[in-house]
Amino acid sequence: METLDITKETTAEKPQPAKVSLSGSQAVLEALIAENVKTVFGYPGGAIMPIYDALYDYKDKLEHILVRHEQGGIHAAQGFARASGEVGVVFATSGPGATNLVTGIADAMIDSTPLVCITGQVFAHLLGTDAFQETDVINITTPVTKWNYQVTEASEIPSVLAKAFYIARSGRPGPVLVDITKNAQVEKFDYKGYIPCNHIRSYLPKPKVRKKFIAEAAKLINEAKKPFVLFGQGIILGEAEKEFQTFIEKAGLPSAFTIMGESAIPSDHPLNVGMLGMHGNYAPNVLTNECDVLIAIGMRFDDRVTGRLDKYAKQAKIIHLDIDPAEIDKNVKTTVPVWGDCKETLPLLTELINKTEHTAWLQRFRDLEQEEIKQVINEELNPSTEIMSMGEVIKVLNKLTNEDAIIVTDVGQHQMVACRYAKFKNSRSNITSGGLGTMGFGLPAAIGAKYGAPERTVVSISGDGGFQMTIQELGTIMQFGADVKILILNNQFLGMVRQWQELFNDRRYSFVNITSPDYITVAKGYGIAGKRIDKREDLESSLQEMLSYKGSYLLEVMVGKENNVFPMVPQGCSVSEIRLK
Amino acid sequence: MNKQEFTISVYTENQIGLLNRIAIMFSRRKINVESLNVSPTEIEGISRFTIVINEAEDVVRKLARQIEKQIEVLKVYYNTNEEVIWQELALYKVPTDVISEKAKVERLLREYGAQAVVIRSDYTVFETVGHREEIDGLLEALAPYGLIEFVRSARVAIIKDSEGFHNKLKEFENREPSEAVIENEFLNKQSEVFTM
Repeated sequence: METLDITKETTAEKPQPAKVSLSGSQAVLEALIAENVKTVFGYPGGAIMPIYDALYDYKDKLEHILVRHEQGGIHAAQGFARASGEVGVVFATSGPGATNLVTGIADAMIDSTPLVCITGQVFAHLLGTDAFQETDVINITTPVTKWNYQVTEASEIPSVLAKAFYIARSGRPGPVLVDITKNAQVEKFDYKGYIPCNHIRSYLPKPKVRKKFIAEAAKLINEAKKPFVLFGQGIILGEAEKEFQTFIEKAGLPSAFTIMGESAIPSDHPLNVGMLGMHGNYAPNVLTNECDVLIAIGMRFDDRVTGRLDKYAKQAKIIHLDIDPAEIDKNVKTTVPVWGDCKETLPLLTELINKTEHTAWLQRFRDLEQEEIKQVINEELNPSTEIMSMGEVIKVLNKLTNEDAIIVTDVGQHQMVACRYAKFKNSRSNITSGGLGTMGFGLPAAIGAKYGAPERTVVSISGDGGFQMTIQELGTIMQFGADVKILILNNQFLGMVRQWQELFNDRRYSFVNITSPDYITVAKGYGIAGKRIDKREDLESSLQEMLSYKGSYLLEVMVGKENNVFPMVPQGCSVSEIRLK
Repeated sequence: MNKQEFTISVYTENQIGLLNRIAIMFSRRKINVESLNVSPTEIEGISRFTIVINEAEDVVRKLARQIEKQIEVLKVYYNTNEEVIWQELALYKVPTDVISEKAKVERLLREYGAQAVVIRSDYTVFETVGHREEIDGLLEALAPYGLIEFVRSARVAIIKDSEGFHNKLKEFENREPSEAVIENEFLNKQSEVFTM
């Protein structure tokens, strides 16, 4: 996209390449426009002022959302990336601005979210002098970035940002940080246009697909009596939802999701047997230790999914499809590794597998599901108590949103309940902090998700603990009007820690009793409408009011104080030792 | 699994900050680096890290994959001691009068093939090149004779089966990866990993 009038300076005979004198800051913004970035989240400060000064002239080309804290900015960029599939972009200044990004960078790293973070830095000649607001952000973020780089000369900017975007979005996506010293932002240089990057010799985004392993995997699947598929976010990141669905349908493969993979196929798909993990469904956990071939696709065997590793699927042959070779054998020993982008590997595999059904085997899942419904789900969704449960709130929300909303969750009990009971029809609809478990993720990520998918309904679900961690982002909604529906499930406790203290620490409730402000008054102060309910008869109408309200709306629902999330695989136990109560 | 000495050779772009990026992969896993050397290679602009650790092969393999995942890392090899030719260099500072007076010291130096680098009236500096056991042997032997100072370098190692990195780099520069460029192609096929 050309946004500058590049004047051609032609000499007598030889046409020179078009060039124009730009400041480093302008080059940053030109790069964003060339990468088709529409929205940037950020917060200005001393060392990034030249970029903000340049932004003043780009206001009609780039939308900048001024957040209330850099952590809010980066979570918003994450939410944006997760909802849209595009690279999220965030600006922050040096020192505290940059360090405030770190939590979000770590979160994006472990959840493979494509981000480009641009931080200002002190003048190059001041590096290493403990200058005002100087921190060594490159070294601080090295363990939690896919790549990072410090720019000290303006002329480096176009190529470095091209590299940054390429690295962030290609292969297994991840966060990239570019630190730009103030002098490089100010300096002028001969801008010769923006050339997107599509190759770095030392970087291989996708391993080459090897047919031999595809054939071996197909053979295992064809011989399997009790095959079982585990799918993760790789399906969504690889945009391989259709390929995946065709694959499991052809061989009638029961499939369970990690919370990062949720919504890749519709919740009510007949082969979708539910959620894996510590608070996942009963059947997929138990039957992990009964299947004969386990097919893991775009997931990384997190310890919250596997439970005790030496008792994990020992009876099964393991096929692992992943774009990242370092994931193969990392936690679970693989029988057949299928490296590559699942968008490419799944169709190859589908072609080689026999069309079949595993009716009796699938029925085992459904039978165990009945057990879970009887012992856990019925009570959660239709509580016999007067006080409401989190599950029933989600149930009504499913009904009112027609299972079509983007659900953004924070971290804790409400997150597990939402992931367990929320229903999805469309991919990229469950946005949550999976690997890092970042409390405070929910609200800002929901704001970002709304910018990433403006046509969709975005519901932010938080607990009373996590909501208070990034509550300041209500100010961002106030100023820029993101239409985010905010649902707080208030159990007046840091519920997940309380549950563990109840179950494993003899109910010694140590600092889990958290008080809340009057959220409705807080919201009102930010110009956001809101309501608090504690009676079941108000639930449906209030949720409806929230959803049909024009603009953002905060609904606080008081739920059972000491409700627990079940089933549960206690830490250090095997997945088949999952407890229903 | 049994721990043993592995030499990890990492071919990288020459980039500031990469040393830290690689070093923290070891410290994060609480793996002690026995020796670390960074040097140029036969190709301009490509650096070679030679890292020695004492670990189980399974750990080393996973670590090698994680290192290879770093953007500026071209290729990682890990080898047992049998598969590499390696040397370390050491300097020993000894009082000159002790050497000139004690015939036994002179014999020791000959035995270990030590060369004099500097001879002064007050001290003499010797060097030896070899495996750690040899270097440490002389260190121990010299200790009773007033050894003033001792320092040993990191290991440098050449992989026996390597053909160098020129052809490899050409493959990396191609946009379409060739079979040989694929990381971890030879999963669990130890001998083939080292064909380069």
